[in-house]
This record gives sequence, C-alpha cells and structure tokens, in this order.
Amino acid sequence: MAIGKLGAPPVVGRPPDALLSRPTWTEGLLSWLTTVDHKRLGILYIVTSLGFTAIASVEAFLIRLQLASPNNTLLSPDVYNQMFTMHGVTMVFLAIMPLAIGFANYFVPLQIGARDLAFPRLNAFGYWVYLVGGVFLYTSFLLGGAPDVGWFAYAPLTSLSNNPGLGTDFYMIGLFVGGIGTLATAMNLIVTIINMRAPGMRIMRMPVFTWMILVTSFLIIFAFPPLTVALFQVMMDRTFDTLFYVPAAGALPILWQHLFWIFGHPEVYIIALPAFGVISEVIPTFSRKPLFGYPVVILSGIFIGFMGFAVWTHHMFTTGLGPVVNTAFAITSFVIGIPTGIKVFNWLATIWGGKVWFSTAMLYAVAFLITFTVGGITGIMLAVPPFDAQAQDSYFVVAHFHFVMGGGALLAFFAGLYYWFPKMTGKLMSERIGKLSFWLLVPGFWVIFFPQHFLGLMGMPRRTQTYVEGIGLEFWNLVSTAGTFIMGAGLVLLLVNIVHGLLRGAPAGNDPWDARTLEWSTTSPPPYYDFDRQPVVNDRDAHWVQKYPESVHGERVPASASEPYDRGGAHMPGQSWYPLIAALSLLPFSYGWLYDNMWLVGVSMLILIVATYAWALEGVGGKHIHVGGHDEAHRAPDEGVDA
Amino acid sequence: MHWSRRLVWSLALIGVPLLAACDLAGPQSAMSPAGPIAQAQRDLFMWTFWLSWLVIIAVVGVLVYSVIRFRAKDEEDRKTLPHQTHGSTKLEIVWFVIPVILVILVAVPTVRTIFATEYTIDRANYTDDDVIIRATGYQWWFKFEYPREGFVTANEMLIPVGRRVIVELDSADVLHSFWVPNLAGKRDMIPNQDNQIWFSADHPGYYYGQCAELCLGAHAYMRFRVIAVEEDEYQAWLASFMNAADAAQTVQADPEVERGRQLMATKGCIGCHTIDGYAPGVEVGNPGFPDLTNFGLRTTVGAAIKANTPENLAAWLRDPQALKPGNYMPTLWQADDPNAAAEIDAITAYLLSLGVDADATTSATLGGSHGDR
Amino acid sequence: MTTERAVHVPGGVAVSSPVATQGTYKSTTLPDIKLMMWVFLASDCMFFGTLIGTYLVYKGRSLVGPYPVDVLDIPLTTVSTFVLLMSSFLMVLALHSLRQDDTFKFRLWTFGVAFFGSIFLGFQIYEFIHFVDLGLTLQGNLFGTTFYVLTGTHGVHVAIGILWLLSILVHSFVKPWTSKDDVYLEVAGLYWHFVDVVWIVIFTVVYLVEFV
Repeated sequence: MAIGKLGAPPVVGRPPDALLSRPTWTEGLLSWLTTVDHKRLGILYIVTSLGFTAIASVEAFLIRLQLASPNNTLLSPDVYNQMFTMHGVTMVFLAIMPLAIGFANYFVPLQIGARDLAFPRLNAFGYWVYLVGGVFLYTSFLLGGAPDVGWFAYAPLTSLSNNPGLGTDFYMIGLFVGGIGTLATAMNLIVTIINMRAPGMRIMRMPVFTWMILVTSFLIIFAFPPLTVALFQVMMDRTFDTLFYVPAAGALPILWQHLFWIFGHPEVYIIALPAFGVISEVIPTFSRKPLFGYPVVILSGIFIGFMGFAVWTHHMFTTGLGPVVNTAFAITSFVIGIPTGIKVFNWLATIWGGKVWFSTAMLYAVAFLITFTVGGITGIMLAVPPFDAQAQDSYFVVAHFHFVMGGGALLAFFAGLYYWFPKMTGKLMSERIGKLSFWLLVPGFWVIFFPQHFLGLMGMPRRTQTYVEGIGLEFWNLVSTAGTFIMGAGLVLLLVNIVHGLLRGAPAGNDPWDARTLEWSTTSPPPYYDFDRQPVVNDRDAHWVQKYPESVHGERVPASASEPYDRGGAHMPGQSWYPLIAALSLLPFSYGWLYDNMWLVGVSMLILIVATYAWALEGVGGKHIHVGGHDEAHRAPDEGVDA
Repeated sequence: MHWSRRLVWSLALIGVPLLAACDLAGPQSAMSPAGPIAQAQRDLFMWTFWLSWLVIIAVVGVLVYSVIRFRAKDEEDRKTLPHQTHGSTKLEIVWFVIPVILVILVAVPTVRTIFATEYTIDRANYTDDDVIIRATGYQWWFKFEYPREGFVTANEMLIPVGRRVIVELDSADVLHSFWVPNLAGKRDMIPNQDNQIWFSADHPGYYYGQCAELCLGAHAYMRFRVIAVEEDEYQAWLASFMNAADAAQTVQADPEVERGRQLMATKGCIGCHTIDGYAPGVEVGNPGFPDLTNFGLRTTVGAAIKANTPENLAAWLRDPQALKPGNYMPTLWQADDPNAAAEIDAITAYLLSLGVDADATTSATLGGSHGDR
Repeated sequence: MTTERAVHVPGGVAVSSPVATQGTYKSTTLPDIKLMMWVFLASDCMFFGTLIGTYLVYKGRSLVGPYPVDVLDIPLTTVSTFVLLMSSFLMVLALHSLRQDDTFKFRLWTFGVAFFGSIFLGFQIYEFIHFVDLGLTLQGNLFGTTFYVLTGTHGVHVAIGILWLLSILVHSFVKPWTSKDDVYLEVAGLYWHFVDVVWIVIFTVVYLVEFV
C-alpha cells in the first residue's frame, strides 16, 4: 500500500482534484471521516478500543458465569470456545494494543513538539484498517460463528478438515488485514519520533512514553511479519489446499507455534512497554519529582524489547523440545526479569522522597505497580520449565497473563486515561467517581484473578467450558465469578465517569497536574496545529524546566527564543478521502477471500490500487499557518515532502 | 522503623494464612505429588514461591510505606517541591545486582531439575523393568497401548507402583496434551512428533488426568486416569487382558449378558468398538475408537467423567450427548423406543461382565471398585 | 526542499540540522520518506525471513516427489538471476542520470530496470509452468507448497517494483522530473535493490545449496 504512494512526486500547479475534491470540513461526521489530525485519530483509536474493551468484558462475563458451577450448561462448548477466543483476540488486537496506539497517536507528537505524525494520511489509513479488521471479525457472529480455536489458533486445529466453519477464516483474514494497519502505524511512529522532534529534543531528552512507543514500534515491525506470513500460510492451506500444516503430508504443526510465538512474545511487550511508558509519566508527575534513573529506565525498556525476540519457546516448554532448548529459553526468560525489576525499583525510587499526590491516576499507577509485580513474578515462575510443565495451559497461566495484561497494562492505561483526559477534552474527570470506580475495579480484579492461581495448581486446564465435581475446583471458581460483578461495577463507573467528565467536567486548564512534559505547555484541548510556536527544548521534562528552572539547575536559565524555528509558520497537512477509501476496500477484499469469491477480491484490489494512485497524486496539500492563527490557503504545494 | 516493621509483619501474616487456608490438595492437583517427577516440580515451585513472596513483601512494603510517608498532606503541601533527584549510580548498581542474585537462585535448581526430569529415554535404553505404554490422543479420548504385552485399552492405564513408566505420546488428529498433575507435568501430543514422558508412582492410588490442549468439542471432558497398583495386582490385570480373548468365551452363561452381546452387533456398537473375545475368532471394531476389552474392569465411563456403575453406564448409552456434549458416540435409541430400557440394561450387563470373571483376584479388587475413587 | 542550517540549540549545543523552508523542523538529515522505506525494508526482511525459514524447516520433508534436484535448473535460473542483478545496476544509472538532470537517460535507464525486471518475471513464469509440467504443484508436496509461495511472494515484489517504476516513467512525461525529485527515485531504488538482494538469498538457499 505504501509503495505506490511513496513513489509519487509532488504535483505542481493546480490542485490535483481529478477524482475527489480535497475535503475541508472542520466539524461534523465528514470532518472525522476525512481527518488526518493525529489528535482526532488518537481519540478515534481510544474510543474504539474502549468500545471493544466493553464488548470483550461482556464475553468475559459470560465465560465466568458459565464457570460459576461445575457441569454448567449456560454456554454450549461451541459458544464457550467462541467466547474465550473472541475475548482474547479482542483484548489483544482490538482493545489494549490500539489503546496504546491511540495514546501514542495523540501524545507522541505533542511530547516531542511536533504538529503531526510524519505521514498523516497513512496514520488515518492505519486507524481505518484497524476498524475494518475489528468490524470484519465481529461480523463472524452473524455469519456462521466466530473463531473458536483460541487466540493462538494452534495448527492443525485450524485446518479445513478439523475446522470446516468460517470462524477460522475470520480469524486469519481479520488479523491479516488488521496487521497491515498496525504495521503502517508503527512505521509512521518510528519515522515521526526519529525525524520530527523539536529543536533540542535530543534522543535522551525524550519523554519516556515516547521512548517506549519507539521501542514498541520497532517490536511491531519485526514481530508482525512472522504472524502475517503464518496467517497467510493457513489461509493458503484453507483456500488452495497447500500443505503447510497438513501432518499427513509430513508437515510439522509445531512450526505454527514457533511462528506464532516469535510474534506472540514480542506482542506481550508491544502491550506492556507503552504501559511502562505511561507509568513513567504518571509517577513522576504525581510524585512531583523527575523519573529516577531515566537512562536506566530507557535502556531497560530497550533491553526488554530486544530480549522479547529471544524467549518465544517459553510458551512451548511442554512441546517436547528437549532439556537443552528448555534450559536456554528458561535462562533468557529469567534475564528479562532483571531489567523489569530495575524498572520497578526506579519507579519506587521516584516516589521515595517525593510529594505524592493521590489523584485517581496515581492510584491506578500504584495499583499497577503491585499487580504488575505479582504478574511479573508469576512470569518468572512460569519460566521455570519443570514447574511450567504443571502450570502451562492451566488457570495458573490465565491468572498470570491477566495480572500482566489486565492488571498491568490495562491499569496503566486507565492511569493514562485519568492523567490525559483533561488534556484531550479540556475537562476534568470526577475524582470522586474515579476513586469509587477504582476501589471496585482493582479489588474486583484481584478477586477474579488471584484465585485462578489456585485453580491452575489444582489441575484445572484453561479453555475448558466446564469442570467435573469433586476435585476441589468449585469454591475458587465461584469466588472468581463473584469478582466479575465487583470489577464490572467498577468498569461501568469508569464509563460513567468518562461521560460525566465530557458533559459536566470542571474546566481543566492547560496544566492541571503541574506536569512535566511538552503536551502540558499547550492549551487543553490543543489547537489542531498543536503549538502556537515551535517548542524549543532545553532539558528533559521540558515543560517542568520552563516552569521551575531553578528546581533543576539551581539557578534561573534565561528563556530561549524559539524564533528561528517557526519564522516561516507551520505547514498543516490537508484532509483526505483516500485513506478511508483504501482502508474500506479491504472490507470487500476480506469477504471475497472468506467466501473464495475471487471476483470480489479483484474488484477490491482495483479500488485499492486506484485509491493508492489517487492518494499519491493528491499530494500532501494542506495549508500554511502562522503564529497567532493567521491561516493561509496553500498556494504552492511543491515543497510538500510528506504524504 | 516502627512503620515498616509493622508493615512487613502484616504482609507476612497475610501471606502465611493465605497459603495455609488454601488447601490445594486433590486428585488432580499439582500440589499433591505422588511420584518423584511431580515432587521435584512442586519443590521447585515452592522454592520460587518463597523467593517471590520475599520480593513481593519487599516491593509492596516499600511502595506502601513510601506513598504513605511521602504523601502530600494537602494542596499547600503539594506546592513545596521535593528535592528533584535524578538518580544514583550506586543505587542502580544495587538494584541491578539484586535481581541478578534472585535469578541465579532460581536458575540453578531449575537447570538441575530440567536435566533430572525432562530428558528423553532412547528406545535402546528401555529396560525390562520399565513399563512401556503408547498413548495416542483422539478427539476426545485417550488410547493406551501396551506394546510389550500386545493389547490396547482406553482412558485408564494401570501402572505398577515404583516402576518407571515411559509413555510414548502421539496424536491421531489435532494437538492434545497428556497431564496427570499428581504424577508429572504435561507433555503435548503432536502429530508427526515423537514425544515422550516418563514418571513413576510412589504409592497406589487413582491419579486423575486431563487433556490440556484445546481440541474443541468435548475437550473439557477429555479426561483419563492413571491407576497405580501393587505389582501382583498389575500382573493380574495384564494377564486378564492377554487372556481376554479366551476368557470371554466362557462367561456368557447369563442369558441377559448373552442378549447384550448380540445387541452389540444389532445396534452397531461393534462397528466402532473393538472387544477382544467378542466372539471366537471374530475381529470387531475400528482402532480409531475406544477399545472396550475388559470394560468391566474400568472404573469410569465416558473418558473418566463418571464412575462406571450400571446406572451411569445406562445413562451414557441412552444419551451420550447429555453426559459429554460434542462427542462422536451416536444416540442409538429414539426417545420413544419402548425397548430402549431393556436393551440398554442387557448391553450394560454384557459390558460390565467383560473381564470381571476372567480372573478372580482382579475382579475382586478392580471390578468391584465401581466407585469414583 | 530542505536546507542545511546551523542551529543553535539552547542548552549550548550547536547542531547542523535541515530545516524545511516552510518551518517544519526536522531532527535528522534523512528525508521522512527515505527513512520510511528503510523501516519498511527492515520489516520486509522478517517477511522473507519467515518464508525462507519455513522453506528450510520443510526442506527434505516431502513424502513424495518431485524433489528439488528433479526440477531445479541452475543454468537457466543463473541467467535470470544475472538479469535481475543487471537491473539493479541500471537502477543506479537511472538515479545518477536524474541527479544530473539528464532526463533522457533517466527515463531510458528507468525503463531498462522495469524491462529487465519483466524479463526476470518472464523467466519465473516459464519456470513455474515448466515445473508444473514436471509434476511439481502447489498441493503436491511440501517442496511445491513452500517453493511456490516463497518464490511467488518474491515475484509479486518484483511485479510491484515494475509497476512502480513504470508509474514513475509515465509520471515523468506528465510532469518532468528534476534532480530535486531524486529522493522519490532513490526510494524506489532502495526497494528494488532490496528485492534483488532477497533473490540472491533465495537463489542460494533454494537452488545452489541443493547441488552442493
């Protein structure tokens, strides 16, 4: 997709409106459909991912209801399999990861002092592809059944003979298409962070959140291709009868597991590292101190990301790889515990000696630290292959990854939501509702998931729609189910608080938390051009240094002029229809592939190609603005570098 | 420190009862090891658990202490900025070293246990004292073959206490996983891959197993049992299988049993199920379905989900889908079939007679124990 | 488009940075689009890495023939490999000509690259048809499955590259390209060289190793 676009030179002269005229709406539905504004796209990501979180929560609730008592028949095995598969797929691909990308979209440019991502239209394309992928996956419920093979879809359960329904095709095609959007956005973020930093924003001055997004984006570009290829192989098997995962032809089903986990383990860090980034913003702000050991925290993050590619077989300790392989991967997995531990210690040291302001965001950050530490430690236990032989594919693992993904990453993003909501909306969320919601949500979470460690140790395998009586599983299953009501109430209150904040929230002002990074130096919400003047960065915590220079340097540093950098004003990219059209063409493409309708696939590809050419020829367009808001229509677009 | 001491104590106090309160023992629990492999795995878990508890107490202790000690009293207090510390190389080194030490403490016993418990035994190195069993996973039951003795059974394997049991693992369709938590952690059953697991039982007992890899359908009910018995009982059991073909011919004195045997043919059971000794010289069944030879000796029905009592067996025959949704066993009687009850009773009588009279000792100890434990 | 300008960054460090004339500050000298292509190619390495990995894992596991030694024709593929290598050489010439504002040669060499790429594709199509005649099909054995998917994916990459270069060629007649546009051709060139290098790896792993 990116290829045709990149090759096109800028167009000189008359506006290239051969196909569709350049949209200019600034409000209303059409302005959102054609937007390229990173803030609007960030909000779209966040709202969509919260919607998917809500759907996945309903699925989880049904799962727990089914497991409340032994031999329960509320859900049939088929429906149950669909529920946990879609819960997992949704949370990983449609909820938590896009939530991180949403925050990245909104705040990375603001944190590095840029006015947008490097490729604004590609950014819009990424969002619409994500939406298309998600909608496509969910239509499976209406078209013969959702995927039921678990989020890691082990071969040969996914072969046509073992799984003739369309569910598996929805999984393979949905993730394949969704992955294109994720890849495009990750590449975009890398270029943005490397190339669009404000003057003086040296690499070791970048906010930790931006840093972690940079590492995450690199993880995405290296981790998603193996998944994409594996998905493609299974679809080839299902569509064209190839033999990639056909044991009768000599194929090795274990290959899928390798490819999936070469993607799957980095994926864990793709979710966790942005969460670490958010925590590294929230804790210093509400402790009113700089992050302790900034370079060490950054290096730990890079190291974790790097090592993420060297531990995948710890998901496969029970597949019979032998003692040597298991030892090697156990040790690499243990090693990841070291930088993770260092991060936790640095966060603790940041709080130590600070002035802790217990806003709801900080409460979530503290809850994150505790929950994540427990999840991390059970992770080390699971990296012990002999114990993993007992715990693998049991509820112990379920408990572990919910402590890491839900209790860790999601709590961190909730901290981020409370922290950044005022910046995004200009309004404050209610602290009273927020704290009430917190005290339901987090204890509820523990009631649900802590007992699942016990269930796993007592021999309850995961992905079983029921369990027999008399082996001791009844009590803790009931407790776990009871917890869903508590946590559910907390989640509902969280949504109430968001709506309440939007409608009735008190005005936030530009910098309600007296925070540290550049996004707090502009208005809330920021103008579409982000900053009145190009920020100039003198130090880490750029905004804090401007507010309290003496607290950092011990003496007042003269404010520097930003004049040279925006003498020419700023260039804001134009809106466009083509990202939306290109992304939407993937919807009929997916259904065509699903139903083996090559005619539909062909037409969709044609639309995609036409849209790509139109996109390239359209150029970046946009308009030129000057400090103080004197916009000027873009007359000579020949200098447009980006697209 | 008055504060911190109280904190550490209270956390320790929460932890110990928490562990004591949770009696995690059970016939399918990894916390009730009944053999050296499971014991080693549990010991390793306990070691990492106590180390972890130490770490959690330390981290949560410091966290709770510091957020209380350093909390801003009010908005005014918040405005007095704390000292803006950026870091400390000395501290970074300290908390680099701490996790390194912890990791080493975990890694050393881990590696030892891996090499003590997870190696593969070459076929050439099988000894006469080893019990060799070939286990194949099917959707949704387990086939157990005793290649040395030359017979096949399903869902329940007998092993003698104290001898090393080597199970060769394979799958006939999708992935399955062989897991008997009391005896050993799991090992996956993968097509085209020769996996193996070995273990032994310290004392007699029923050890519950379950498939631990999603295989759709009746995956939740894909259970099995490992029954550890003393050597003489094991030998008797083996003998009853090796003689099953001859023994079965002598037991059909009971007319009800004989009627059940004939119904096995008319209702189509023997199209799928193998029974050694069904009729002299006649081979019945299909190796892709559970072998029913000596079914009377089984303790469970439906792949270890119900005790093998006449009532449960009759219920299973009447409506297999009710007991184990999704399985491949067809429903053989229409709901309004007037002969159903009588025919099911006859088949039940026949099935439960299989193997029971073959050897008096065996039937006394095994055939008579139609209990759930 | 961008100009080099010494920038005094407050905090005391003078750096030389490109500053877009429109005021969009860039923190490195690498154009966005070129950086984007490098990032894309890094990712693409993993795509081909996975496909080649799959091929290697299944090497020698086919239960029935035809096996690689039965069908692969080294001399023929050596010729097509050489053609592809030469196309990369023409790519360099095309970029050089554009930077010299030599429009004719720029168009000629760009066409040459696309043409040589098409010859390579022609060889591949011939090879596929010939292999199918010899009984090697996508569904026949693991070698067929992995071979066609790996080389086919590479072929699609080549085809996209040809389409891209032809688009540039056509566009240069609509709006003449000058040395100021070199980055757009350079990016297409990066892609082309990458696809070429990937072929060298495939040629070695799939073809040559078989006869060692």
